[in-house]
Amino acid sequence: MIQFAKCCPNIIRLIETFKNDSALCAQNLGVENVLSQFKSICGNEGVSVGEAVREQHGRDESMHKCRPPDAVVFPRCVEEVSALAKLCHIFNVPMIPFGTGTGLEGGVGALEGGVCFSLRNMDKIVDVHVEDMDVTVEPGVTRKMLNTYLRDTGLWFPVDPGADASLCGMAATSASGTNAVRYGTMRENVLNLEVVLADGTIIQTAGKGRRPRKTAAGYNLTNLFVGSEGTLGIITKTTLRLYGIPEAVVSAVCTFPSVQAAVDSTVQILQSGVPIARIEFLDDVMVDACNRYSSLSYPVKPTLFLEFHGSEDSLKEQVKVTEDITQTSGGSNFHWAQDAETRNHLWAARHNAWYAALALRPGCQAYSTDVCVPLSHLPQIIVETKEDLIKSNLTGPIAGHVGDGNFHCIMVVDPNDKDELNRLHSFTDRLARRALALDGTCTGEHGVGLGKMYLLPEELGCHTVHVMQSIKHTLDPKNLMNPGKVLLPFSRESQQG
Amino acid sequence: MQIYKSGVVTDGVKHSMNPFCEIAVEEAVKLKEKKLIKEVVAVSCGPQQAQETIRTALAMGADRGIHVEVTGKDYEHLGPLQVSKIFAALAKKEEAQLVILGKQAIDDDCNQTGQMTAALLDWPQGTFASEVTLEGDKIKVVREIDGGLETIKINTPAVVTADLRLNTPRYATLPNIMKAKKKKIANMKPADLGVDVAPRLEVLKVEEPPQREAGVKVETVEDLVARLKDTGRI
Repeated sequence: MIQFAKCCPNIIRLIETFKNDSALCAQNLGVENVLSQFKSICGNEGVSVGEAVREQHGRDESMHKCRPPDAVVFPRCVEEVSALAKLCHIFNVPMIPFGTGTGLEGGVGALEGGVCFSLRNMDKIVDVHVEDMDVTVEPGVTRKMLNTYLRDTGLWFPVDPGADASLCGMAATSASGTNAVRYGTMRENVLNLEVVLADGTIIQTAGKGRRPRKTAAGYNLTNLFVGSEGTLGIITKTTLRLYGIPEAVVSAVCTFPSVQAAVDSTVQILQSGVPIARIEFLDDVMVDACNRYSSLSYPVKPTLFLEFHGSEDSLKEQVKVTEDITQTSGGSNFHWAQDAETRNHLWAARHNAWYAALALRPGCQAYSTDVCVPLSHLPQIIVETKEDLIKSNLTGPIAGHVGDGNFHCIMVVDPNDKDELNRLHSFTDRLARRALALDGTCTGEHGVGLGKMYLLPEELGCHTVHVMQSIKHTLDPKNLMNPGKVLLPFSRESQQG
Repeated sequence: MQIYKSGVVTDGVKHSMNPFCEIAVEEAVKLKEKKLIKEVVAVSCGPQQAQETIRTALAMGADRGIHVEVTGKDYEHLGPLQVSKIFAALAKKEEAQLVILGKQAIDDDCNQTGQMTAALLDWPQGTFASEVTLEGDKIKVVREIDGGLETIKINTPAVVTADLRLNTPRYATLPNIMKAKKKKIANMKPADLGVDVAPRLEVLKVEEPPQREAGVKVETVEDLVARLKDTGRI
């Protein structure tokens, strides 16, 4: 309530000023003036043009070049976000929302300059409803922060993309993770969003404070904004579905003679009704890397890492059914464990995969591909991709959420080797097209960002892309919201002819 | 959280179990699961909210709880001395063989309650425990000390305080939280135990550390030395 009292008087005064003077625009006011308008909204400490701060907000965890914004603002409440957006709208200044900067597709680069809205000071967990199993959080709240807060309620938010990402950021990129096979992705778990649109209007996609578990009221705006990567509005609150913390957890590992055998097992496990929580695939190259990095001695063959959640009794059955299935498919070395220490040890390989891959070639950088295909096509695409890796002379151990048909090649490349980078780009292009040819998508969970825009027309078809562009044009006709990401707006296309 | 000159305002701040005490509860529940002890009783002193903390302990596996109600000004001035008197009285009343608690509370960082409780009871103490093993009527405790690890063997009954590496506390799951609602929490006041909680300390002042100011860049070493001299640093 203190924040509210601080920001309201300033905003109300400013909004009245702008309402009365429509001749104001960026050209008439100097940059200093614009910045001082920002400061009167979010305080002197809330606006920064320092080089280090701008650079920090112009990059994420991808290999895309840092593209710093012209200024970074740190609003403290949605009213400040709205007032700042109104100003940017009047002055035609691009806006880029920023959560934790843990994205993987270059989504935060300020390609046309502008203002980065760093939302980290809005870090309240607004409402927990234990019996209804939902919670509303602001953008500064990360996944681990929320789960720590929820611990004594017996609830958790299971979507786990690896990084300790902002939950609103996860909503913006439609994040997923290793346990999507049981708990779903952000699409299935966001009940409501509070969004500030390009002109400063604040909307709640499912209505203010509403959190029914299901609804049939109007168009599904909540899922329109999920995955919009900051191009349609700034997400300032998200209402999430929570789940009971599993009573007990069992982890298991199993080796297979071929990728086909591993995927066959996966399909059968899913079909048998085992509510498997995580089912992760590592190819032989990755297992080898993990053995070296973590001093393990797994057989260097395609391997599945599995995790089961449930009551003590149900776990016994789940593990038995799964073990039988893997044996029928030619699996061997089935090991499982229930106590935390042994489980962590079993899964150490999968947890350290990224670093194990990097350790294969010290001094290099890693880039993760992210295609997703129907399960039945997974063996074919992995086999063809491994052949391509060898032909292109690239290092790319594979780890995948095989229960979703989603896999990542962790490409380890020397950033100074132009030829290798070229081979990498051709390889990822072929990989994306291979996935599209197999009824899949060029991005299972990382988003489109900067690097995959050119694939959208091929994946979606020009009519669907046209509808998306129409929506973008309706919500953001000036193209101020994170310009240059996800799709080209109408005006750009006509310029390009 | 706001800090006023005479204390810390705790309205609206989420109260949860002290992390080191969670580790203590986990250790007690583990001992019971190994069938080395008969019953785990979770105790907390404080206002009504303390009951929620006891419920969390019950959800983790404690058998029953005791809430020693201390409210208002008494609660504001409740410190390790008063709490250890309460614990000592309870330990005698319940004929406990082992009192296990966190090594320190993360709000006041006193690290005194366990030690004072042991002194009041004239019981041995194994503090900063990173490993606890029951051996007949003795307890082997591995303690984390500055120089490394110290192993001691103490007689029961004893007081043990839990350090960070003793274990990783389990999460309370929904089914266990529901079961915990049926477990009993007894209510009592310090007076019922014959304990006087009058404070022996008066807080004179509470201040935030000074705001960190921006640094200044200088071009040369000579500038640096001159600046340091100007501001009286050298």
